[in-house]
Amino acid sequence: MRNVSTIYQREIKSYFYSPIAYVVISVFLIASGFFFAGNLQFWQEASLKGSLDSIQFFLLLLTPVITMKLFADETKSGTIETLMTSPVTDFDVVFGKFLAALSLYVVMILPTWIFVLFLTIFGNPDFGPIYSSYIGLVLMGSLFVSVGLLISSFTRNQVVAAVIGIVSLIILWVIGFLSTYGDGWFYETLRYAGTFDHWESFTKGIVDTRDVIYYLSFTALLLFITVRNVESRKWR
Amino acid sequence: MINVKNLTKRYVNVNAVDNISFNVEENETVGLLGPNGAGKTTTMRILTCFMPATAGTATVAGFDVFTDSLNVRQQIGYLPENVPLYLDMRVNEYLMFRAKLKNIPRRERRKKIDYCLELTGISDVQNQITGTLSKGYKQRVGLADTLIHDPKILILDEPTIGLDPNQIMQIRQVIRGLGEKHTVLLSTHILPEVEMVCDRIMIIDKGKIVAMDTPANLMKQLKSSSNVILEIKGDGERIKSSLSGIDSVRSVTWNQKGDANEFHVEGSGEDDIREDIFKCIVKDNYILREMKRQPITLEEVFHQITTKETEEVSGNA
Repeated sequence: MRNVSTIYQREIKSYFYSPIAYVVISVFLIASGFFFAGNLQFWQEASLKGSLDSIQFFLLLLTPVITMKLFADETKSGTIETLMTSPVTDFDVVFGKFLAALSLYVVMILPTWIFVLFLTIFGNPDFGPIYSSYIGLVLMGSLFVSVGLLISSFTRNQVVAAVIGIVSLIILWVIGFLSTYGDGWFYETLRYAGTFDHWESFTKGIVDTRDVIYYLSFTALLLFITVRNVESRKWR
Repeated sequence: MINVKNLTKRYVNVNAVDNISFNVEENETVGLLGPNGAGKTTTMRILTCFMPATAGTATVAGFDVFTDSLNVRQQIGYLPENVPLYLDMRVNEYLMFRAKLKNIPRRERRKKIDYCLELTGISDVQNQITGTLSKGYKQRVGLADTLIHDPKILILDEPTIGLDPNQIMQIRQVIRGLGEKHTVLLSTHILPEVEMVCDRIMIIDKGKIVAMDTPANLMKQLKSSSNVILEIKGDGERIKSSLSGIDSVRSVTWNQKGDANEFHVEGSGEDDIREDIFKCIVKDNYILREMKRQPITLEEVFHQITTKETEEVSGNA
């Protein structure tokens, strides 16, 4: 676990040494602030209704930018070789990087509580759905980050990692909508696999164990595949 | 300290390392020598547990590289080719990160870092960002990193590549100093380097070990003909004919060099031909300006061994 924390600290520092963290966070906050204002005007209601969906959409676009460098950069610069020949396990490395990216994600969504502050100043919002939405956002973040991390471990090119990451997340998001086209186990599976359905119940104020398990197990699966992929240099 | 047995690494259809076996004793410095693509880096990557071998076994400090990988990695300091560093970190910070990764107890970290900074001569750039350092300094940061946990075994992949002559001298001195207390395996294709630094040389070509011995023995093994270079003033053709007249001389070539002539004289046997030449020159009253023996360099040894190998192969085919 100490190695995880060593890797974690380095990754966090490296985010703030490069402009990536600042650029991503500012873009996210500007965009979501703009849509918060728009939604507030449209619904005329002291809730995050609507705003959360646009926030979710920006997270879908920006999380792969956070995760793109995690492995791609190490492979390209060759530091993967010094890293992997130190006495650390592949899991330490993968998990440390995952936690670092997830932390940056949390740092990114934290300032949106200023929206909640506005709502309480000018209205009387129901805090139930707000709390549950943020729990949902963090769980969804862990899934998004693990998708990006896995993709970054496949390529040495950061741009490729980001683009494929965004496309994958969009697919993961819309795949659930296909379930409206039919019935049966196939469409049911699609609905379950898509993130949208699970996310939606959080915005309604429901923290359903099934949704929590969906996010956590999906994340665990992706992290497992990432560890295997990092290991694969050994049998390729 | 390092035991390698029948090690093979196969890529899609080539054997990068082909059934090699060797041992490196404690506190020995062994140079791995070979042309590009000979399998040096692959061998090192296997020994440092970066990739496994296709067949064969290797133990480092008594631990198997495949089954006991973490223990092996704790014992070795590895400097990969091109010295990858995190270019956004400061030197101090980078070494602190590496010290933590290599499980150095908190209290000793600062001391160890300072020691390594001192040893590699980078104390004055310790607060600089590694990305802004010159190649030579980066190399030394990499070297400091490999030394930080005081590993028993150092594996250095082309440690002096891309450095200027002064830096090469300095790095070699550092490595030679380390060789006294550490087991060192280094790869290079610069021949004088192994000559100066290594106790033993291992020449590898196309994944196979073609020679392994001390530098002195290797040179003795190969043609020990006594070549002499002379610089004599006077009529070149006449001097040539009188030099050729000496019994122990096999051949003489010459060319104009300034106001004198340079002669390359090849002896026929193993005996020193310099006395005979001296007598000849005195007898004919030429003006001798210089006489020196042509040393056999590792370049020649290397060239002979690697080309002999290909000749044999093509001969068989």
